[in-house]
Order: sequence, then C-alpha cells, then structure tokens
Amino acid sequence: MSDTPFNRAAKATPPSVAAKIRGLSDRAIAWIFVLPTIFLLLAVNIFPLIWTINLSFTNFRANRPNREVEYIGLRNYERILTDSDIWLTMQATAHFLFWTIFFQVLIGFALAWLINRKFKGNDLWTTLIVLPMMLSPAVVGNFWTFLYQPQIGLFNYGISFLTGIDPSSFQMIGDVTLAPWSIVIVDTWMWTPFVMLICLAGLRSIPDYIYEAAEIDRASKWRQFWTITLPMELPFLMLAVLFSGIENFKMYDLVVQLTGGGPGSITELTSINLKREAFEKWRTGYASAYAIILFVTVFGLASIYVKALNKVKER
Amino acid sequence: MSSYSITEPSAPQKWIAGTLVVAYAVITLLPLVWILTTGFKSPVDAIAYPPKVLFEPSLEGYVNLFTTRTRVSPEQLEALPPPETWYEEVVRNRDMVIAGPSRYGERFLNSVIIGFGSTFLSVFLGTLAAYAFSRFKVPLKDDLLFFILSTRMMPPIAVAIPIFLMFRTLGLSDTHLGMILLYTAVNISLAVWLLKGFIDEIPREYEEAALIDGYTRFQAFYKVVLPQAATGIASTAIFCLIFSWNEYAFAVLLTSGTAQTAPPFIPTIIGVGGQDWPAVAAGATLFLVPVMVFTILLRKHLLRGITFGAVRK
Repeated sequence: MSDTPFNRAAKATPPSVAAKIRGLSDRAIAWIFVLPTIFLLLAVNIFPLIWTINLSFTNFRANRPNREVEYIGLRNYERILTDSDIWLTMQATAHFLFWTIFFQVLIGFALAWLINRKFKGNDLWTTLIVLPMMLSPAVVGNFWTFLYQPQIGLFNYGISFLTGIDPSSFQMIGDVTLAPWSIVIVDTWMWTPFVMLICLAGLRSIPDYIYEAAEIDRASKWRQFWTITLPMELPFLMLAVLFSGIENFKMYDLVVQLTGGGPGSITELTSINLKREAFEKWRTGYASAYAIILFVTVFGLASIYVKALNKVKER
Repeated sequence: MSSYSITEPSAPQKWIAGTLVVAYAVITLLPLVWILTTGFKSPVDAIAYPPKVLFEPSLEGYVNLFTTRTRVSPEQLEALPPPETWYEEVVRNRDMVIAGPSRYGERFLNSVIIGFGSTFLSVFLGTLAAYAFSRFKVPLKDDLLFFILSTRMMPPIAVAIPIFLMFRTLGLSDTHLGMILLYTAVNISLAVWLLKGFIDEIPREYEEAALIDGYTRFQAFYKVVLPQAATGIASTAIFCLIFSWNEYAFAVLLTSGTAQTAPPFIPTIIGVGGQDWPAVAAGATLFLVPVMVFTILLRKHLLRGITFGAVRK
C-alpha cells in the first residue's frame, strides 16, 4: 500500500471505528452524505418559510419585538390585494420583466446565431461578451449612475454623439418616462450574454446532417431557418426565458443601486417595495403576507411554464 | 477546413458575422473599460466634458480609496514636515492630510473570508450530497432534488424577514459565521445540482472495480471519484465563490459594521459633493477584476454553471 494521506488516516483510525466505517451500508452512507445538506436547507430555507407563513397572519412589527402579537387572520392578505400601490408596483415589475426578456431574447438569439457562423476567434469574443453577466450587480449598477449622468456621463454622451441631442437635455434616471427604460437598458446589457449562451448551446446541438438533407432537398436558407433552426431551438429559448424571468423577478441589487425605485416609485419593483415594507416601515406581518403571495405566484407560474417546456421538449 | 461542407458558412458570411459580434463586444465592454480607466483619472478628468479618453494617469483614486483625509488650511500645511511617501504627497496637493486608513481593506477582506468560507462549506457538503444522489437510491430523490432547486426561486428579500429575526435571536447578525452559513445555504443548491451532473458523467465501473479490489465505499469515493471529479469540483467552487462575492441583498440587510462585505460598501464611497468616482471606480476595479479572471478560466463550464446544469455543452 502506498503512503497516501488516506492510508495514513486509515492507519491512525482506531480499529473499532474503522470496522464501523467499513461496515456502513451504502444506504447509511447515502444518508450521512445527504443529511447535512438537507438539514442546512431546512434551517435556512424551510424553517424561515414556515415562520413567514406564521407571521403573515399577525400584526407583528420587528422594530417593536416586545409588543404583544395579535393574530389577525387574513387581514394582511386582504389589504395587499386591495392596495392600489401594490398594483402599481406589479405594473412596474411587469414592464421591467416584459421588456428585459424581449430585448435579451432578441439580441441574445441574434448574437448566438452570428457566433454560430464560426468565424475566426469566436470563442475569444464570446468569453469577452459574457463578462458583464458575472460581475456584482450592485457595484456595476452603482457605476452606471455615473454613466447616466447628464452632460458628463458616457451614456448620455454616446447618445448625443449618435443623434445630436444635447447630452444635458435628458436625465435617464431622474426622468419619469425614461427611468423605467434606464433599468431595462442596464439589465439587458448585463443579462443578454446569459440568453446568448443558452441559445448558442441550442444552435450547436442541431446536427449538421439535418441541414445537409435540407440542402439536398433544395430548401431555401430562409425556409431552413423557420422549419429547422427555430423549432429545434425553441426548448432552449423557453429555458432562457424561464431563467431570465426568474432572475429578473428576483431583481433587487442592480435596480436599487441604479434608481432606488425612483423617481417617486416609478421603478419600484416588487423586491424593492417588499424591502421598504419589511425593513423601512417595519410592517413585518404585512410584508410576510406579501412575500408569501410573491412566492406562490412565482412558484405557480414556474410550474405551469416547466410543464409547457416539457411538452415542447417531448415533441 | 480541408473538406468542403455545404453547412459551413461562406467566407463573406463569416466576415459580416464576425464584424457584428466584435462591434457588440466593443460596445458592451465600454462600461467596464470606463470603470478601469476612471480609477486612474484625476477627479477633474473623471467629470470632464466631453468624456476624456486620453488623460494623464493619476493614482489619486486609489489613494482616496484606501485613506480617509481631512482638509487643512494652507498655513497648517506649510507648518507640516515634508511628505514622506508618494501618497501623502498626492493628498497634500489637494490641501489635505491623511487621517487614517479607510474601511475598504476590511470590507474586501470580509468578502474574501465570507466568500471562501461559504464556498468551501457548500462544495464540501455539495460533493457529499451530489455523490449520494448520483450513486445511491435515496428515497424521494426527485422531490428532494427539486426542493433543493426551488429554494433558489424566492427573491432574497422575501426570505430575509425570518432570517433577519432568526439571526437577531441567535446573535448571528453582522458576524462572519452567520454570513458564511447563509451563503452556504444559498449556494448549496447550485453546488448539488452542478456536482451531480459532473459525478453522473464518471463511469460507475471505476468504483465498482475499486470495490472489487477491496476498497471500502469511502475509499472508492475518496480515491476514485474525487480525483475524477476534480475539474467539476473546481468550477463549481468558482461559481459559488462568484455568487457569494457578488451578493448584495442579504449583505446590506444583515451586516453593518464588522462583517460587511465590499458590495454594500463600494457605493457608499463619497467625496466632496457626492460620490468620489475615481475612488469608486478604483474600488470596483479591484473588486471586479478577480471575477473577470475567473470567468475567463471558467469559460468551458460557464453555461452549465449558470443554468444549474440544465444545459451542458
């Protein structure tokens, strides 16, 4: 036997313990290996979730822990669903989700299609394009406020360079009509590479012989695109939409650094709104009910979507 | 390519595609280039109009990032002994003296400690769980795996309320240990899913051969599977590291003094009349460059990592 760390450990192990380890059945090992993870997730995910459900029926306020907690039934839920401000928040979120997914899929797919033309050096450029996605959204979002400054900001300067509009005449973050687009632009900048990578994997998974067969049948390139590329790419596109949808629904750091939800509450996405209710107004019970409603919505939508995705895959 | 293929794009097609992609890459990388260059600009150059592409490099941003400074009157400045170091000189040129180090160093160190601590833990636990899910019949396996994944669908703020209360009760608020445990729990779903994919790809025959040779399960796992999974484990580790490195929402809610990481800190770097952009850019550069290097190292496994192993190349 060679002198590996394992063997040394094995020699140092008392025989009785060694015999026990040796004697462990696969089943026991499976449990020993899985349980720490399950325990951690129960403690940091499931237990808090149950606690949130419990809090959602109360009028608890975390900044006044000594006040008596009353159970108020479904009143928090009732308040949320009839609150018109929440519906404005939902609208802001819907606008953000729709346009980010739209642009990301459009640009991401186009880029993947171009990269799949296999030009020289495409690997290098793909890696470079991916960089924004991996960076800290809070740090990058904060720096974008500098790029968006009227007059001195690079973004405004770029726009004025291309269109001739005076760069100090518009404020991306401060303007009520432009602010929702300012977050869409940065999010698209950041997450398009993500969609691109998924689309690229899809395009690369289509075998060449299908196109060869189509060539022999004299199908036009246009027809090949619509009858081969797009249908075979569809499951990947759907997956990209799912991931990008979940990510953008969770969006907090980038937008809070960019606009802070402003001006007013024009860009106040659900995450930011929830943070306000929970940690600024300290309406803990109310915010818990809010969190549960969001969770049920995302979970429900995602399950329906995954079912549809599986159907497309089966075809 | 030597053999002619009808599916190979033509040369002009490649040329057009290449030009468009390079153009996109240049535009999309501009903000990052701007972060890198702004860090080396003097405060005046940073806010010049039109934006300056060529400028005289200055380390003022980096000096301001690492120090706190106080303004002194010209008479006081005259009375001081000549500056001993180059960075004191930089500060004196602005009629200021160095009052002490800034908190950036501490915050960066916190990011390193919490990032590496949670990465180690989640990869360690994740490898064990992934091995079990890959090789053994675990009851309710699919449900457990889906449960592990579903913990990632919640907006962090939604889970933050009870975690905030829990940490307050347990005294874990604003501690390194608390943040390490929290980030481990966030990352472990990714670790399990990715590592399961990597371990699934290692043929079972290797272990079976080892078991026949008299290895125990543990030995087979340790000596046969682990070395085979080394690249997978390494790339999973980098992903976990990047996610905890970048995390902001929990960090801003649960840390304030001792355990605060760099992402909540960098946006608060302010100078006279607003954010000190060269210093912010310098701080961002030091914080982002390691991730850029890691991304380049990871490029082969990137897609797998970001889609939880759902898409493999």
